[in-house]
Amino acid sequence: MTEIFEITILSIQVSAIATVISLMIGLPFGTWLALGNFRGRSFILSVINTGMALPPVVVGLVVAILLWRSGPLGNLRLIYTPVAIIIAQTIIAAPVVTGLTAAALEALDPRLQQQLLGLGASRGQMVWYLWREARLPLLAALMAGFGSVISEVGASMMVGGNIRGQTRVLTTAIVLETSKGEFGQALALSTLLLVLTYLINLALTWIQQRGRKADWHSSRGTPSISRN
Amino acid sequence: MIQIRDLLIERNELKVLQVDSLEIPRGETLAVVGPNGAGKSTLLLALARLLHPSRGEILFNGKSLRNWDELEYRRKISFVFQAPLLMDMTVEQNVALGLKFRGLPKQEISQRAGKWMKQLGVEALSKRRAGQLSGGEAQRVSLARALVLEPELLLLDEPFSALDPPTRAKLIDDLSTLLKAHQRTAVFVTHNLNEAATLSHRIAVLVGGVLRQVGTAGQIKANPADETVAAFLHELPQ
Repeated sequence: MTEIFEITILSIQVSAIATVISLMIGLPFGTWLALGNFRGRSFILSVINTGMALPPVVVGLVVAILLWRSGPLGNLRLIYTPVAIIIAQTIIAAPVVTGLTAAALEALDPRLQQQLLGLGASRGQMVWYLWREARLPLLAALMAGFGSVISEVGASMMVGGNIRGQTRVLTTAIVLETSKGEFGQALALSTLLLVLTYLINLALTWIQQRGRKADWHSSRGTPSISRN
Repeated sequence: MIQIRDLLIERNELKVLQVDSLEIPRGETLAVVGPNGAGKSTLLLALARLLHPSRGEILFNGKSLRNWDELEYRRKISFVFQAPLLMDMTVEQNVALGLKFRGLPKQEISQRAGKWMKQLGVEALSKRRAGQLSGGEAQRVSLARALVLEPELLLLDEPFSALDPPTRAKLIDDLSTLLKAHQRTAVFVTHNLNEAATLSHRIAVLVGGVLRQVGTAGQIKANPADETVAAFLHELPQ
């Protein structure tokens, strides 16, 4: 029981850290792509969009080659550590967060930027208020980023090594139990993973929908007419 | 207050606006009229320093816009677009937005927002969210949000075009009164000559990206500068 608890905590820790790092990369990078007007922007966006479907095993392979003892970053001794899993998961989640951030901001009225600047916003204030305006799809980007890493197994297995007590996470534990024919144990872990994913997404969905509820409450008894 | 000299703005190497010379004294409301694609909105964006000219310059209080600190200049003006472009927040928060950008104390923000919501007749809607407003209400909020800044220069890009005629007429009356009472300098883009005559001291006619004529409504109607101006005036709703 203690082992399952440790595996669950490690799963949450690595995926949460990878998601936060992805957010720190993806939010500014996606914003730059959405608001920028420069040569090569479409190409970068197409690469990011491709990256959103990056197979975890390919990421695992590349990170493993880099972190392998004889590899270019081998002297960091990160292979088969939770840090290696975080690196791989960040590479998986960052394009998801970046691509969805860019899409969320591109969906806003392009004149909104000019309107905010025309009201005296600094560049930083403008970006902050654009994020605020796109907060619901941005939260969806966060959920998608987290979802892409909590459920992946290939990269965690390849760079983490599924070492008991060190790098075993829920998905790699499920693979191990299945390979041993311990389907009951595998099913129990799968259920735990599903419940965990559901609870985290429930919390994020609750935050996401709070804004909508506020809109609904403020509009009760008043006709809802388009503002344009 | 505003001087434009030999201004040329190009997009993809195509000329979109050419203004050889134009002066807008402090306290004047200048209406800019012209057909679609005449460069009216481009002129406003250039005045807001949201577009940069290929040639020439715009002077604000005797100093070229190039030499103004970008943020300092933008905080002396305010811009109202055709669509209200309100943020997803309450009316009061929308009206207070520009003041918040300027880092004013909360008490002053609240007092000024309250004053201008009252002036524009949206005080009763202060706690309502932007998405729940009618078109006329939203445009009033948009105007309050710009006027609360008490800008030295107010730029209005067809702010009434999406409104029904009675709402439009009432809002034009209210804005006209406010502009006169507060002696604001304003540049106002419109398609409607009556609106232009009601709100402005002078009218500038842009056709094909070129400033063709500047004068009062009476002068322009009586003596169009050239055939393009005459043809444009003929097609305008009177």
